[in-house]
Amino acid sequence: MGMTMTQKILAAHAGLDKVVAGQLIEADLDLVLGNDITSPVAIKEMEKMKVDGVFHKDKIALVPDHFVPNKDIKSAEHCKCVREFAKRNEITNYFEVGEMGIEHALLPEKGLTVAGDVIIGADSHTCTYGALGAFSTGVGSTDMAAGMATGKAWFKVPSAIKVVLTGKPGKWISGKDVILHLIGQIGVDGALYKSLEFVGEGVEALSMDDRFTIANMAIEAGAKNGIFPVDDKAKAYMAEHSSRAYKVYEADEDAEYEQEILIDLSTLKSTVAFPHLPENTHTIDEIEEIAIDQVVIGSCTNGRLDDLRIAAEVLKGRHIKKGMRCIIIPATQKIYMDAMEEGLLKIFIEAGAVVSTPTCGPCLGGYMGILAEGERCVSTTNRNFVGRMGQITSEIYLASPAVAAASAVTGYISGPDSL
Amino acid sequence: MQAKGIVFKYGDNVDTDVIIPARYLNSSDPKELAEHCMEDIDKDFVKNVKKGDIIVADKNFGCGSSREHAPIAIKAAGVSCVIAETFARIFYRNAINIGLPIIECPEASKGIEAGDEVEVDFDSGIITNVTKNTKFQGQAFPPFMQKIIAAEGLVNYINNK
Repeated sequence: MGMTMTQKILAAHAGLDKVVAGQLIEADLDLVLGNDITSPVAIKEMEKMKVDGVFHKDKIALVPDHFVPNKDIKSAEHCKCVREFAKRNEITNYFEVGEMGIEHALLPEKGLTVAGDVIIGADSHTCTYGALGAFSTGVGSTDMAAGMATGKAWFKVPSAIKVVLTGKPGKWISGKDVILHLIGQIGVDGALYKSLEFVGEGVEALSMDDRFTIANMAIEAGAKNGIFPVDDKAKAYMAEHSSRAYKVYEADEDAEYEQEILIDLSTLKSTVAFPHLPENTHTIDEIEEIAIDQVVIGSCTNGRLDDLRIAAEVLKGRHIKKGMRCIIIPATQKIYMDAMEEGLLKIFIEAGAVVSTPTCGPCLGGYMGILAEGERCVSTTNRNFVGRMGQITSEIYLASPAVAAASAVTGYISGPDSL
Repeated sequence: MQAKGIVFKYGDNVDTDVIIPARYLNSSDPKELAEHCMEDIDKDFVKNVKKGDIIVADKNFGCGSSREHAPIAIKAAGVSCVIAETFARIFYRNAINIGLPIIECPEASKGIEAGDEVEVDFDSGIITNVTKNTKFQGQAFPPFMQKIIAAEGLVNYINNK
């Protein structure tokens, strides 16, 4: 019996010819990632270990992005701890305010993640890099500490769900609609412990930014990772951003999948996940008038250039509804700059939106857009759990940039076609 | 190794945002985190929990964020064991790594109610509902996992080796 794409990458990094689902392996790591929330705990753990520094100063990425620029004194202390650790250990890929971005948008852009890599990160959305054909998965701080110290991590080889994409998506349909549709179908634990392997001729019709969004939210179905085949678009992306050699792995013809799911992209409609789980999905045509207070466009899920272009296309020549707040957060400094040069930021500001420096801020209820009691937000982020963006009675509706921007104009949950 | 305590019962998909809301993640001090444990799902939890008590939940416990602060907060609040139908995978790893015992057992999750007194034997994996006088077979902890938990986590376990 053959191996899936994920299994092949894991086998190669464990020095094995073959692995099977359920097998416990120890794999070499190409990159270990942490942010300002998770790294301080990892640093404390690593310093308890009897080790002499990190395994490789170029293979660790430290990205303060959640509560930076420092939101309060305690956050400042956390960031200081990460900064000093990076300095002490001469970490090459430490990104200070001014050069940072939201980690999962930043690392591919900086060329630090490529096809064939095995990557762990102390952040659940580390699965994003599957868009490039890498195996990447979220871990906790202790695993991050062990990874930084040894360059290795143990894994249980996952079984897989094959998601076959066909057709071409309609005008306003993006990666967010694809992944929300899938989570709505299989549930928030529908892929628990498994890999989600996206294949089929429909992949071609998805931009790299769409694929990053889809792989990013694999964790919201409980998956260990999400992964895409490496086609010409992925190769072109890596050629543009990275000087690292990459390796393309393909699933065997006779690879085993526990389940196969077909998605015809041409049939998808704009999809919104209602509070308080990403699986509570509704298509835009079945949603009654739901008044909202705030819109957030950004995050590691949807803060990339394509996302901002779509939002700008909707907002151009229009204005945010009076009394609404619309917060737009380019995910990296480069995206910010590109958006500025393309005139997108001007469109946003003229429409009455506020544009922020890159930060995870509101997505996890940190700062930069916290909700008051009973307030509702349409957000392009990834989680709508109780209290995720603020007070526990506030509500988050997860949607694509197109729906978020249209909703900012009307003041209630709307698709761009209704404008 | 054993655990014994009174049960706090929760449903499906208890996420790490309700276990420890991100607004408190500007701290990584276990005691401070414990003061806000489960706050957004059960504001009386911290007031009522006693050392040794047990959390029982349905499926996908600990889903969402990879924050290790979640099992740290539960452990520091005094909880001796979490029993659930299933756990989200990052939470599972994190709990073992910091030395918080957790057991998957769908039958126990169905057969135990809030306020029941429950005893867990980690060698055999047997979960006893003392209040209802029923027993469930959970997964036994292999010796290395018991050692990790006894050492209060993976780091100490590695150092002790």
